[in-house]
Amino acid sequence: MSRDEPRTGWATGRGTDPRAGRRSGSGSGSGDRTSFEFVEGATSDLAFVARGPTPESVFAAAAQALLAATVEEPERLGAGVRRRVVLEEPALDLLLLRWLDELIWLRDARQLLMRAEHVTVQGGPPWRLEAELAGEPIGGGRRLLADVKAATAHGLWVGERDGGWEARVTLDV
Amino acid sequence: MAAPSALQPLRAGVFELPVGFRPGMRVPVRVYGDAELVAAMDDQVFVQAANVAALPGLVDASLVMPDAHWGYGFPIGGVAAMDPEEGVISPGGIGFDINCGMRLVRSDLDWAELEPRLDALLDALAERIPAGTGARGFVELDDDEFREVLRDGARWAVRRGFGDAEDLARTESGGCYPDADPACVSERAIERGRHQIGTLGAGNHYLEIQVLRPEGLRDARTARAFGLERAGQVVVMFHCGSRGFGHQVASDYLREFLRRMPSFGLPVIERDLACAPFRSDEGQAYFRAMSCAANMSLANRQVIAHRVREVFADLFGRDPATLGLRTVYDVAHNNARLERLPVAGRERTLLVHRKGATRALPPGHPELPEAYRETGQPVLVGGSMETGSYVLAGVSTGASSFYSTAHGSGRTMSRTQARKRVHGRELRRQMAERGIHVRAASWAGLAEEAGFAYKSVEAVAEATEVAGLSRRVAHLVPVGNVKG
Repeated sequence: MSRDEPRTGWATGRGTDPRAGRRSGSGSGSGDRTSFEFVEGATSDLAFVARGPTPESVFAAAAQALLAATVEEPERLGAGVRRRVVLEEPALDLLLLRWLDELIWLRDARQLLMRAEHVTVQGGPPWRLEAELAGEPIGGGRRLLADVKAATAHGLWVGERDGGWEARVTLDV
Repeated sequence: MAAPSALQPLRAGVFELPVGFRPGMRVPVRVYGDAELVAAMDDQVFVQAANVAALPGLVDASLVMPDAHWGYGFPIGGVAAMDPEEGVISPGGIGFDINCGMRLVRSDLDWAELEPRLDALLDALAERIPAGTGARGFVELDDDEFREVLRDGARWAVRRGFGDAEDLARTESGGCYPDADPACVSERAIERGRHQIGTLGAGNHYLEIQVLRPEGLRDARTARAFGLERAGQVVVMFHCGSRGFGHQVASDYLREFLRRMPSFGLPVIERDLACAPFRSDEGQAYFRAMSCAANMSLANRQVIAHRVREVFADLFGRDPATLGLRTVYDVAHNNARLERLPVAGRERTLLVHRKGATRALPPGHPELPEAYRETGQPVLVGGSMETGSYVLAGVSTGASSFYSTAHGSGRTMSRTQARKRVHGRELRRQMAERGIHVRAASWAGLAEEAGFAYKSVEAVAEATEVAGLSRRVAHLVPVGNVKG
């Protein structure tokens, strides 16, 4: 299958998740067109599509989708904790996996819930991401949702589509 | 959902998809289950199992258990045995929750004795066994001691006073995967998992108080050998794995294999089937790291079993030994192991991937503890939290499935669909009306695990018996559930 084409199973069920359609205004140069939505994936998983005008905005929207899967009212997340991450991978989709893995790792290893404040993506290969993160420690009465184990390679895709950028990710929960 | 027309009945409870169903298949796909279960499987189960059948070194067939559903790479409920010299090892054939598994602890308590204290018991279990997203355990370890956990598994836990030698004897592989090498594990994985020993996790992980009902005894003699002696007996079953540590090991090696696949000269069938030749440096490193994660899960379940005993002892004001809280068995369903197996009339060493499938050793197998030599291995099949669970036993005819059987009910509905259908709070009320009391870390997580989202555990257990994978011993009914 061409990596430029959507995989089967991705186009159905849009907007069926109660969290679907939450907008992410974060991300470098994201503007109003940055968004994500949860879609039907494999029966035991959560899947989402992130969209934006640039790779940076798609990476930021993917981070926001992960946050929305993890915690209620992600838009109310504080910004008292700040981190900077620099990541590099030989392919853009591997960089997306690494990016989501970093955010999941921060949740488990450092007990931090983080969103992207500013993202730059330079390509590639190798593809390099630099991001400023802001967030808050787990706790403080905020209700946690899914315990996302990992971002998987199932149906993983990131690229240009319909004049913008799009990423499709399946989270193992 | 519909089974492909190429699927042909082979014998009672067994179907086959021949080579040629999908390009590149080297061996057929064998599907276990009755016609109804097989018809209800998502079409992706067959596609994924056929993709597995195209992997190098696969022996005999790509197997699909009766509870199978769509996963990533392999279906959940998939079994693949590889020739270790020619074959591959794949994180997608094991899953992110490495060595996720079940433990059953029996007791001398009767339901009538426990019933007035059930709420207090559930509150204490929920308080003292951390569960849910981001939970940290009650065992503080530095990096060096965590590496001991990774090397020694449940043996570390027993050394530290969390359990006894009988627990180890009644744990698969004696509670330790021998090939574990912490040098193959990233610092990131260690930092992620070090605080998680003694935690249940979230998702479909749970701890249940169950009761053996008179109608649930299918084979009273074998049940007695397993310590399940009488109607009304209270038992504890729990389901959890290697937590964030295992997830990180899987994530690290998945990316590594995706980077390196072109240099291995292996066909890329699907990217979520990323794999490495088992004898390559990368394949061996993953096997040793995966074994570390398996040991972390074994230690985790051992520590939780110990904490369960403490909670019961505190509640009843009695020594745990006088409550008869003894391990029946601890068995996992997400792993890969080198095993000696009979294939076409001779013994071979094979690398058996089981993802959502349980090993089920037959009577007389040398790896079984003495207590189970005559009966065959206890197999713990977790049903949905509303329908109960099954204890099965391994059988000699299981050789045709590399001594593998089902692991659970298998989902029929996505988490998203389940959440749309019921709110967790309403589900808890409905379950309480039916005598099942729940403590949940998350309403959404509870709704996702509703009974209607799963296949019938009765149908799955029966299908394993008809197909000769295992046999039914006892059905256990839930009365209390601590949900991760």
